[in-house]
Amino acid sequence: MFPKLVPVPSKNMIPERDIDKPLVLECINLGITFGGLQAVENLDLAMGQTEITGLIGPNGAGKTTVFNLLTKVYQPTTGTILLNGKDIQGMDTAHVNREGIARTFQNIRLFSDLTVEENVKVGMDAQMHYNMLSSLLRLPGYWKEEKAAHERALELLSIFNMADLAGVKAGSLPYGAQRRLEIIRALATNPRLLLLDEPAAGMNPSETAELMENIRKIRDTFQIAILLIEHDMNLVMNICEGICVLNFGRVIAKGTPSEIQANPAVIEAYLGKKKEA
Amino acid sequence: MTFLNFLISGISLGSIYAIIALGYTMVYGIAKMLNFAHGDVIMVGAYICFYAISRFELPPLVGILLAMIVCMLLGIIIERLAYKPLRSAPSLAVLITAIGVSYFLQNAALLLWTPNPKVFPSVVGDGKVELFGGQLTISHVTIVTIVACVAIMIFLTVFTESTKMGKAMRACSEDKGAAQLMGINVNATISITFAIGSGLAAIAGALLCSAYPTLIPTTGSMPGIKAFTAAVFGGIGSIPGALLGGLLLGVIEIFAKAYISTQLSDAIVFAVLIIVLLVKPAGLLGKQIREKV
Repeated sequence: MFPKLVPVPSKNMIPERDIDKPLVLECINLGITFGGLQAVENLDLAMGQTEITGLIGPNGAGKTTVFNLLTKVYQPTTGTILLNGKDIQGMDTAHVNREGIARTFQNIRLFSDLTVEENVKVGMDAQMHYNMLSSLLRLPGYWKEEKAAHERALELLSIFNMADLAGVKAGSLPYGAQRRLEIIRALATNPRLLLLDEPAAGMNPSETAELMENIRKIRDTFQIAILLIEHDMNLVMNICEGICVLNFGRVIAKGTPSEIQANPAVIEAYLGKKKEA
Repeated sequence: MTFLNFLISGISLGSIYAIIALGYTMVYGIAKMLNFAHGDVIMVGAYICFYAISRFELPPLVGILLAMIVCMLLGIIIERLAYKPLRSAPSLAVLITAIGVSYFLQNAALLLWTPNPKVFPSVVGDGKVELFGGQLTISHVTIVTIVACVAIMIFLTVFTESTKMGKAMRACSEDKGAAQLMGINVNATISITFAIGSGLAAIAGALLCSAYPTLIPTTGSMPGIKAFTAAVFGGIGSIPGALLGGLLLGVIEIFAKAYISTQLSDAIVFAVLIIVLLVKPAGLLGKQIREKV
């Protein structure tokens, strides 16, 4: 069911089908310290262009910190992040997004006073180019771009069957719909790499199953890479091709789902050390 | 008829407060700071307009446009130099800086333009409309002020509702971090906000001094504080709130002057503010913040 993983020059593994394409993401020796605390250390991670990777680990292992490093919310103390082969050092958060990384949040951060459609359109901001003047005078350029944005927003919303909710305020959506909208808003920025921070948090088993289908569907439709943080092991083991396990900011294991499940270091990190009898 | 006269002058004064309050409220909504220098930008706008019209004999409309451009640049520069470096500082530091900028502008105006009062030429002339056989007189300034206020209100509503810059502004006002992660240039958005607010201040300055023609370096401070009050009154951060707050404040002030006491009018205005805030702490149209438990 899972593709064979093959090594790439940085000694990481990616799915065989992506081997002839450039890596979408490559982190080399990534690390950050907060005061005396080494939150992430020596992280090497590579992702193929259509790979779904899981980032797992106990609470406080540094998973969200990795997301914040990748999106330049935090500036790494050591290491390099290459996005499509381009070093993102010196870019700010908005620039990194325009270069192709989009994310969702563990605690939902939608613009709750904006409508569903407006939330999606905020994601398209960087792709719209009309200036202040043409928006005030309502020149044809304004109408053309706004119409295209409207159509694309509805198209994206219909992936998750949310097109009929376009005019509803995001804050009044039920929880599951808010989570879906966050993913759509992230997709609206045209990413090459989508970061999902605990997408299944608070979902019941049937919603989680639907989410799994949707994550695969997004990868297949948009041909993008997806890196996800998740505590639901059923979801992780079902859809991730590569898994990276963090504990205390360090990578303790990497591999396919079956390799990770059998890895003693992972079992120890999650369940504690086995007592010697 | 006198009642109607008072009401109209109240609405006119209120319209000026509303235009200033819109600037306060937009900056507060997006940058989450009280720009106490806003009142002094009004004064700068009025001086630019004064010199353009009186000294260089430019048409009033050109004078106002020039004042708007200068004030927009001034607003952007103030934000870049004084407020941007403090964006992650505690709000108290930003507040004190804003008061500092306010005094800086007043003193710079004292140096540049001397404390001698200037007599501001009305940008719309001294004409007036007489109705009901002269019982009700409405000056042109009054009409222009009210029309300008309504036009600005419509412009801002359309701008924030239906343009990408407006959407970016509303997104930044809710969550700058998330907006940035969606590719929004937060710095540019804040600059645009300051430019719009300061441009409105220039218009307010020209209208204010057309109605009350004495121009001195502290001209902007009292209307600035009143307009801030109006913004809080209507619910700071809310555009319709600023309009409502401004109009109510103007009407209350004129009625208090006319029917109760000229000296006590300001006290009455602020007393009403206190009562409103006791009943509705977020202002008339402000959003009640729900704490999640």
